[in-house]
Amino acid sequence: MSSIAVFTKASKLDALQRWLPKLVLAPSMLIVLVGFYGYILWTFLLSFTGSRFMPSYNWVGLQQYARLWDNDRWWVASKNLMLFGGLFISISLVLGVLLAVLLDQRIRREGFIRTIFLYPMALSMIVTGTAWKWLLNPGLGIDKMLRDWGWEGFRFDWLVDPERVVYCLVIAAVWQASGFVMALFLAGLRGVDQSIIRAAQVDGASLPAIYLRIVLPSLGPVFFSALMILAHIAIKSFDLVASMTAGGPGYASDLPAMFMYAHTFTRGQMGLGAASAMLMLGAVLAILVPYLYSELRGKRHD
Amino acid sequence: MTSRSPLSLSRLAIYATLLAACAVYLIPLVVMLLTSFKSPDDIRTGNLLSWPDVITAIGWLKAWDSVGGFFWNSVKITVPAVLISTLLGALNGYVLAMWRFRGSQLFFGLLLFGCFLPFQVVLLPASFTLGQLGLANTTSGLVLVHVVYGLAFTTLFFRNYYVSVPDALVRAARLDGAGFFTIFGRILLPMSIPIIMVCLIWQFTQIWNDFLFGVVFASGDTQPITVALNNLVNTSTGVKEYNVDMAAAMIAGLPTLVVYILAGKYFLRGLTAGAVKG
Repeated sequence: MSSIAVFTKASKLDALQRWLPKLVLAPSMLIVLVGFYGYILWTFLLSFTGSRFMPSYNWVGLQQYARLWDNDRWWVASKNLMLFGGLFISISLVLGVLLAVLLDQRIRREGFIRTIFLYPMALSMIVTGTAWKWLLNPGLGIDKMLRDWGWEGFRFDWLVDPERVVYCLVIAAVWQASGFVMALFLAGLRGVDQSIIRAAQVDGASLPAIYLRIVLPSLGPVFFSALMILAHIAIKSFDLVASMTAGGPGYASDLPAMFMYAHTFTRGQMGLGAASAMLMLGAVLAILVPYLYSELRGKRHD
Repeated sequence: MTSRSPLSLSRLAIYATLLAACAVYLIPLVVMLLTSFKSPDDIRTGNLLSWPDVITAIGWLKAWDSVGGFFWNSVKITVPAVLISTLLGALNGYVLAMWRFRGSQLFFGLLLFGCFLPFQVVLLPASFTLGQLGLANTTSGLVLVHVVYGLAFTTLFFRNYYVSVPDALVRAARLDGAGFFTIFGRILLPMSIPIIMVCLIWQFTQIWNDFLFGVVFASGDTQPITVALNNLVNTSTGVKEYNVDMAAAMIAGLPTLVVYILAGKYFLRGLTAGAVKG
């Protein structure tokens, strides 16, 4: 009798042990299914409704997307994203690579210098935006400083110039993220086989040529990662616009993330906001899918 | 490479460029600090980098008066959210690396996408849900949101760390009769200190610096400091006090800056782990 009791008790414990991993993972699975995919679907549904301040489920088909298509502000926001994203990504990449290569030359106090390049990444975009809004202040910022220093005719009022305000966002974003690119590439450079460089030097190649022809091309995956991250920051960037320009002057510096927030949460255009959010997801997927595809293919080759 | 000629012209150029770059990266911080200690008169008459006639802490006092309460809100949101999401991430990572079952890999794939999710696409349903749960405009609601949307990264950190732990270690412990939690607590946790640090610091900077969730899910007294700072800086009423703005920005930025300076090594590792493996 007693041996049977012990046996069933043990097998119950065994069963519990077998179920424990699944039990532990269950809450997270629920969170992911509902909070990620369920909510995406929900937003997708809302984008086909005429919801305004409150969610309603009167079907309007593709009308919200058509309204986006005809919406001048949405086009400004999208074009701004292309301009901002393009400049932000390319300048950050060039600066980051340059700084990483320079830092790779057995620099004294390298760790200290690296810390200086990277610290903006620890700050909130709101803090960055506040600081740069002050630096770029027309009348009191860099504008006045350079005039005080004797450059009489100097004018720098891009922050209130609808044609140039996007460049202000680029400046602040590059300041924040280029150190991160530097860190990524420096880690990549440290993994490059030094004997290749030495062999090329023996052959008489100059250092810039070695980096351009041999070292940097071997860092393709790092380029790709950096590109991914920067594109992702650009598409999501909302805080920087909110703190630096609030989308202004007018809506000259609007980005899709700002457009979505303004229409959904302050202007009572929930359906339109949902449609714009879905297009943002589409943009992320358009970048993500080729990336994941190449990652997976690369792994299969290994 | 050129260590034999330490002061060649090209070396000098490299050092000069690096130093100039350092100055450019530091200037915004210097200007923020300098402005925060200036009087409004000095701000009007001087310029960004001019030394003030009087150094005053009035900007910091006023800034603390207006954003101090929100600073504590951020603490109340950040501390529990960081701890809970790290613990969940550790358990998830442990299961995904050591106790795989049918579908666990698929789940990991689905979860990974969360690292790239533009949050705009979940904001509306999330706010309806918080309203239903009675958590709209509460600190607990923000903690919940940060835990949910931080899960992707925390799980990724721990899963990738535990995957490199030899299976034999866990198998031997299982043969000895050690259970699920015993193996986790006795074997894996003690060797997880580095990844715990990475995860804590990553989550701390993410959640402390968050603005989007704060501005959407909180209002009035429950707002985090980033939202309060933005409100302070972008109000159009009254005379602009730039010293107060800059002091408030410093207050909002100091916690993450201090963490970065004290634990920069882990901060960097988190960034690159999130980037390269993401």
